[in-house]
Amino acid sequence: MTESVDTPISDVAVAALDAEIGLGNRIVVENLNIYYGDFLAVRDVNMVIEPRSVTALIGPSGCGKSTFIRSLNRMHEVIDGARVEGSVYVDGEDLYGPGVDPVAVRRKVGMVFQRPNPFPTMSIADNVLAGKRLNSRRINKSEAEDLVEKSLRGANLWEEVKDRLDKPGSGLSGGQQQRLCIARAIAVEPEILLMDEPCSALDPISTLAIEQLMNELKSTYTIVIVTHNMQQAARVSSRTAFFTIDGTGQPGYVVEMDDTDVMFSNPKQQSTIDYVTGRFG
Amino acid sequence: MTVTEQRPTQHASSITANRLTRVQTGAVLAGAVVVGALSWLPSGSPNWARWIIVGLVSYCIGIYVVSRIVEGRRQGLDRLMRAVVTSAFAVVAMPLVSLLWTVVERGTNRFDVAFFTDTMRGVTGAEGGIYHAIVGTMIVTGLATIMSVPFGLFTAIYLAEYGHGTKLAKAIQSMVDVMTGIPSIVAGLFAYAMFEMIFGPGTRSGIAGAVALTVLMTPVVVRSSEEMLRLVPNELREAAYALGVPKWKTIVKVVLPTAIAGIITGVVLSIARVIGETAPLLVTAGLAQGVNWNPFDGRMTTLPVFTYYQYVQPGVPPSNGQDRAWAAALVLIIIVMVLFTVARILSSVLKPKGLR
Ligand SMILES: Nc1ncnc2c1ncn2[C@@H]1O[C@H](COP(=O)(O)OP(=O)(O)O)[C@@H](O)[C@H]1O
Ligand SMILES: [Mg+2]
Repeated sequence: MTESVDTPISDVAVAALDAEIGLGNRIVVENLNIYYGDFLAVRDVNMVIEPRSVTALIGPSGCGKSTFIRSLNRMHEVIDGARVEGSVYVDGEDLYGPGVDPVAVRRKVGMVFQRPNPFPTMSIADNVLAGKRLNSRRINKSEAEDLVEKSLRGANLWEEVKDRLDKPGSGLSGGQQQRLCIARAIAVEPEILLMDEPCSALDPISTLAIEQLMNELKSTYTIVIVTHNMQQAARVSSRTAFFTIDGTGQPGYVVEMDDTDVMFSNPKQQSTIDYVTGRFG
Repeated sequence: MTVTEQRPTQHASSITANRLTRVQTGAVLAGAVVVGALSWLPSGSPNWARWIIVGLVSYCIGIYVVSRIVEGRRQGLDRLMRAVVTSAFAVVAMPLVSLLWTVVERGTNRFDVAFFTDTMRGVTGAEGGIYHAIVGTMIVTGLATIMSVPFGLFTAIYLAEYGHGTKLAKAIQSMVDVMTGIPSIVAGLFAYAMFEMIFGPGTRSGIAGAVALTVLMTPVVVRSSEEMLRLVPNELREAAYALGVPKWKTIVKVVLPTAIAGIITGVVLSIARVIGETAPLLVTAGLAQGVNWNPFDGRMTTLPVFTYYQYVQPGVPPSNGQDRAWAAALVLIIIVMVLFTVARILSSVLKPKGLR
């Protein structure tokens, strides 16, 4: 909890200001407790996520990384009985404030999942357009074509699929599917991109492709990535937060958060040292 | 073990073993057929059932003994289990084949063009047909489908997508279970009573029959559709939510298209399930001699009811009615088979190409 914010209000204010002058979307998390029914899964998170950079979340299995990242775009509450206490500010606006529409939040904060999940009934192009189309926006043909190309280029997939845009997305390899999912996520033009272990189901080559992609995307998007792979965290992220858990049934919590090189070279907490040096779990 | 004693040359290898050849297993089968034949010889005339049963049993025993001696204990048991399972299937398939055979044999006596274009109006002899009954069956089952699919599908969507784990959903689920078990005659009496209340005693109509079938069909549609919706991976719903797609749109554009093949198959199977219902239609739609296109007015003959009456009131000589009954039964079976085929084709055409 070293990284707990001293004066959260000012952080929020600063974030709002940043957003206004076009510096991007800083995420400020305040006193966040995340529940599944009565079970407190993650406790008391305070965190500032810098805009236009990659922030990595690391920690042992079951410490609540997925739970936490899903609370950043209100995906947590789609699970029965799941709820959240506390606040998550984006652009100075509380995502959990009264009257906030979770659907609108998710259009602003996109998400890529652990297992690639293209829609099996749709072609590659339709997958990319899914967000726009399903959000009931009518787009004409040339707009649609442009958006497909732009998003697929953005996801480094265009060259590989441009000749088979009308084929089912599920015919692609795992790595290509995952990049298709990234293309689908960025096609709705979110400001923030959340990725929950996006490479854990992929081979090293595909992983490399996605890591390169993240490097390019971070100039446009605020990216939060959960990863099990510490080398990956070291390679792609500028800030790293370490989550842990004291035992099963206990809530997960943030041990510390710092610049990535500090986290891996000389973290402040013993448990972080144990984890990043592989002496843990 | 006996095995190793019998094959000293192969003893060196621990992963090779004696195997029965096809010829050898064929010989066992032939032996079993002979044993089966011997079992009815004393009585003189061929007895198919005894032949097959005794043959199957002696094949099971024979293959086990031979395999146990030649191949060893594990292989012997394996062969025995395989023989038992296959025999069980053969025993089950026997009556089915026999039934189909009988229906085809007797049904083809009157399987002519006139049979499909004529009604029973003014018929006293061997002529007459089922045109009116086909029309009736189409109208009654069609109406039942139109009514039960929306009810059933919406209920299934509620159960699978919205009501998950709530008390209401559980109550609905157990009600659906109870409805699945309703005897069809009860559904018929229910529909009859309902229309009697509205239109007075003794009314019979196609719509009453359709309501009775709806009562039988809806729970089947609910069950199968709910099952299919639950098979849609949750990841797809979450993928849609994460794009900012509202829930109802996720259901309409992602969940339903993914499940549609299974849902349609379920609907077609439920149609096949009710199209042969006799008892409820006997009380609700009744019997007419001619075509009735209006489901809201007057009696309407359906194929099963037609078959029933042709068999219980066959006329003189009885073979007239009986031939018509068998031919109508054959038509019904063909319709059901066509429905099954359509379901197959639809589900393979509509199945999402890459669903894991
Ligand atoms: N759908 C769920 N319902 C109830 N508890 C859950 C659910 N998903 C995760 N949990 C619990 O929340 C805790 C954190 O899980 P998770 O966020 O998946 O961890 P991580 O992603 O770090 O491996 C675990 O104790 C897990 O059992
Ligand atoms: Mg996880």
